[in-house]
Amino acid sequence: MTRINVTVDGVTYEEDVEPRLLLVHLLRDRLGRTGTPIGCDTSNCGACTVMLEGRSVKSCSVLAVQVDGQDIVTVEGLASGGTDWHPMQRAFHEEHALQCGYCTPGMIMAAIDLLKDDPDPSDEAIRKGLEGNLCRCTGYTNIVRAVRRGAHSMSQDPEAAAAGARSAEEL
Amino acid sequence: MIPASFDYVRPASLEEAVAALDGAGEEAKVLSGGQSLLPLLRMRLSYPSVLVDVGRLEELRGIRDEGGHLAIGAAATHDEVVRSPLVNAECPLVALATATVADPAVRHRGTFGGSLAHADPAGDLPAVAVALDMEFVIRSSSGERIVAARDFFVDYLETALAPGEIITEIRVPKLGDGWGFHYEKFHRTAQAWATVGVAAAVRVSTQGGRHIEEARVGLTNMGSTPVRATEVEAAVRGAELNGQAGTNGSGGGGSVNGHPRSQEGAAPGNGNGAGSAPHGGPGPRGALRQASELAAEGTSPPTDLHGGPGYRRHLARVLTYRALGTAARSALGG
Ligand SMILES: Cc1cc2nc3c(=O)[nH]c(=O)nc-3n(C[C@H](O)[C@H](O)[C@H](O)COP(=O)(O)OP(=O)(O)OC[C@H]3O[C@@H](n4cnc5c(N)ncnc54)[C@H](O)[C@@H]3O)c2cc1C
Ligand code: FES
Ligand code: FES
Repeated sequence: MTRINVTVDGVTYEEDVEPRLLLVHLLRDRLGRTGTPIGCDTSNCGACTVMLEGRSVKSCSVLAVQVDGQDIVTVEGLASGGTDWHPMQRAFHEEHALQCGYCTPGMIMAAIDLLKDDPDPSDEAIRKGLEGNLCRCTGYTNIVRAVRRGAHSMSQDPEAAAAGARSAEEL
Repeated sequence: MIPASFDYVRPASLEEAVAALDGAGEEAKVLSGGQSLLPLLRMRLSYPSVLVDVGRLEELRGIRDEGGHLAIGAAATHDEVVRSPLVNAECPLVALATATVADPAVRHRGTFGGSLAHADPAGDLPAVAVALDMEFVIRSSSGERIVAARDFFVDYLETALAPGEIITEIRVPKLGDGWGFHYEKFHRTAQAWATVGVAAAVRVSTQGGRHIEEARVGLTNMGSTPVRATEVEAAVRGAELNGQAGTNGSGGGGSVNGHPRSQEGAAPGNGNGAGSAPHGGPGPRGALRQASELAAEGTSPPTDLHGGPGYRRHLARVLTYRALGTAARSALGG
């Protein structure tokens, strides 16, 4: 067992973990953050995407021991005060950008990551930015629309936008 | 799946890392970004006894200008390489190829050294390494050694690295003025690995008619190791560019400076590879086209569900033509 310290959605945890424990299993099985799903065994689908030190990573492809001392934001940490949806979450709802919703947490995290470099992305840039995230039911048209809408509302509401941009220093 | 058990150490210095590996025996493995190793562990295709995590070692990070070459830290992430002003200014081919690797989340973790050490012939960086004659700086308890890219890649997923050795940095020679670059990657879907890829660097002269003075061509996934297309390089020397692929058409290579993600879409070599063919020119008998016909000489491309050797040879010829054309165009500034 290895002792690690991690901050997840603003709360710091100290955990004893086996080195082989994947970050996504730490989040789901130990810390109860089941909002982050596992969609594949091959690191391809992106369903498990979270922010690590402020940038997107696939939490199924990171070991819990590798994030010792680091800061993680999951889809569950986006809503401010735990109740007000993040503009990107609202946009996915409003644009009907999900059917089963399995890919949605990852899509939302990847979308927020994309906007950090490109706050007003073209459709082409959105498609490129989400290339690591697969959706098996909605089709991508509404997802692209939702990201555009989310980008627009985030530019109107920078404070809410910052919720997804929390990094270790800011917390 | 859940990986089999292993021990984990995160040394605080390179010194400690070397010592940890030394004491750990043949089944120890270096862990960098984990973007190739973790999928292997999850599928239980690899059973290391201990992982020595070098991913956070300061000594392996960063990108430095060393005069004649850039020194890219083995643990510099793909994302850092793509954003690096130094890489974009001095060795743009590296940035162009790295921008096509995987997807943003994988590029945030995956590292330059890890990608090369993994030595997947379908990986995008090995072909660039042989085309640019990169050098690997390797440390172990017996000291430091330097291995040239052409000696580094030994076979499918096999390199000259011995147990206990760690790549610390990769030296990328600067080519100087007059060069243009392009990485042409043919892949079925956005995130997929290359079916075939071509890394091209071309130096163009405008003295006595526009012509190619020198070219470097590396091929991705045309054998069990990356391939240097030396026959193309020899044949294309002196090729006239007037009225050729090199001088017409729009778009071009160049760097991926600034906003990598937003510019990537516009850069040639993404998508399905159909967008950047140099149109026009004198057709099949053009000098570039003729030289590109030699691209598959001496290769033994693999068979998989994306295609067999014949298809890959065809792709190599077509993509080499496109890569040379786009690189020549970017050398001419446009
Ligand atoms: C979904 C997905 C898509 C991908 N698509 C592409 C693609 O299109 N093109 C492409 O090129 N790659 C692709 N990759 C692979 C990606 O580029 C990996 O980041 C890279 O291959 C490995 O780098 P890493 O730092 O993660 O290495 P790790 O996974 O940590 O290590 C890989 C291997 O290198 C060894 N190693 C690592 N660092 C060192 C070192 N400093 N010294 C000695 N040995 C070392 C390890 O022991 C291991 O054997 C993809 C990966 C995924 C998950
Ligand atoms: S579960 Fe992580 S990429 Fe599919
Ligand atoms: S909504 Fe079902 S996978 Fe995307």
